[in-house]
Amino acid sequence: MSDRRSFLRMAGMGAVGMLLAGCDRISQSGLGARVLGSAEGLNRRVQALLSPSSAMAKEYSEADISPVFHPNGTTMPDTPAYQALMANQFRDYQLQVDGLVSRPAMLSIDDLKKLDDRTQITRHDCVEGWSAIGKWRGTQLSAVLDHVGVSDQARFVVFHCFDEMDVDTPYYESVDIQEARHPQTLLAFALNDQPLPIPNGAPLRLRIGRQLGYKQAKYISRIELVSSFKSIGDGKGGYWEDQGYEWYAGI
Amino acid sequence: MNAHSAVDTTTSVKPEPSKASSRLIYRHTLPIRIMHWINVIALTLMLFSGLQIFNAHPNLYWGNRSDQGKEWLSLRAQQDAAGNLVGITRIGQHQVTTTGVLGVSKGSDGTPVARGFPSWLTVPSAGWLAMGRRWHFFFAWVFVLNGLCYIGYSLARKHLQRDIWPTRADWRGIGRSILDHVRFKHPHGAEALRYNILQRLAYLSVIFIFGIGIVLMGVAMSPRMDAVLSPLVEAVGGRQSARSIHFIIAWAFVAFVVIHVFEVLVSGVFNQLRGMITGYYKVDPIKPEPVTPVVVAQAELAPDPIVTEQTPIVEDPRRE
Repeated sequence: MSDRRSFLRMAGMGAVGMLLAGCDRISQSGLGARVLGSAEGLNRRVQALLSPSSAMAKEYSEADISPVFHPNGTTMPDTPAYQALMANQFRDYQLQVDGLVSRPAMLSIDDLKKLDDRTQITRHDCVEGWSAIGKWRGTQLSAVLDHVGVSDQARFVVFHCFDEMDVDTPYYESVDIQEARHPQTLLAFALNDQPLPIPNGAPLRLRIGRQLGYKQAKYISRIELVSSFKSIGDGKGGYWEDQGYEWYAGI
Repeated sequence: MNAHSAVDTTTSVKPEPSKASSRLIYRHTLPIRIMHWINVIALTLMLFSGLQIFNAHPNLYWGNRSDQGKEWLSLRAQQDAAGNLVGITRIGQHQVTTTGVLGVSKGSDGTPVARGFPSWLTVPSAGWLAMGRRWHFFFAWVFVLNGLCYIGYSLARKHLQRDIWPTRADWRGIGRSILDHVRFKHPHGAEALRYNILQRLAYLSVIFIFGIGIVLMGVAMSPRMDAVLSPLVEAVGGRQSARSIHFIIAWAFVAFVVIHVFEVLVSGVFNQLRGMITGYYKVDPIKPEPVTPVVVAQAELAPDPIVTEQTPIVEDPRRE
């Protein structure tokens, strides 16, 4: 009986081991990863169908704000350009907006405030699973897009950042024009009524109401309007996307 | 989902040529068998990839936020005085050392590493969140579409209404059914073809509470879907509550599968497996109506009188 039991246990463990080893081989094969990744397109289309592009993320009350808004990823960019701006409390900071636009611009935080000034208390959902709620003040990205005039060929907004994740690998992100024009898509310069802290992305970061944390680029230096992001980074539309995460981060 | 699923109402009886005394009944239709095994694969891979995703932040909370110190469940790693990694599982205020399995377990090079669930319970085995998400979302679609097909097919064929929805007679038999289960007593004749009340309740809960619940709680974690599902998210307490409930239902599925496989093993594993693979389930010949099931059991267990005379119990030292 105990022989049979240990045989069954061995057989069971062997089956699980073979299953997991098989899964690992599929994960490492290009085809396997592509087939599994095909669900992303389905997620994006079905979610757009069920949750219209105009639907708003829930806005919370002051009482719901997290005591500590956990900063993830880079918390102190060490590039010389960033260090120089930081030494002067970001007073010389200017956001560069270019690419497929009619009027490229350099915008200070004050310029941005004049374009639009909006405050929202929204939830931040990290791909790792945790959530935090913060009060963001910033400028609607749509106001910036209107200011520079987006060309008809532009399909994506790319956010270039000061922080480098690896040697010559700056953080970057991208969203489509529709998400960029959503009313809750902000270029945020304040968190919880304070100037944006350095660990949270000073002086300017992106807030998108309905996508995961890695889309919310921090330390933005430049916004570029493009028709395709194939030639940027590894061509997947963002630093984490280049590491295998989904470009569509709605789930 | 149901190893004894789909007692088809249009059963065709096929006499087995070798043994005229027992019959093979066509019990599970082909669509049900296919959907059952697709579900086995999808649920297994979703559990393993789900634990991979959980490992990215091996803490659970109630509410909308993940405030540090407010975890109700946490699988963490600490260093002891000698600098060794110690795995700690914390539930509420209680904590246990679970080094080797939870919190800290062997990495790919054999040295202990901090990780919630061990590599032999995750897909992929190494810590790889992006790939775990791909597996999870791919098989989530398989699970959902397969589940919808099952519900649609079962409603159309009246399988749900006739075989799974409890009748008044089923409810009346609940006491006997519980007693039969705790004694591991299973009907073998034609009675085995009919689901008892506990089976019906188990299958109904798994399909409509666990199945629908886990999908809804998964979708409630999606920030895009929350733009329209916020009333549901707030109804369960918040996004972190949804994550906790998703996790709990996943383990409820595991508990169901453990009991389900156990019942298959004790009620004739070969016959049950044949039923869910080929569709044919063997039914014992119809016996004359027994007075009560207990009498039958005693009669079957009655010792051979010659054996008892030759080996008196008191003289056998092994029995002391």
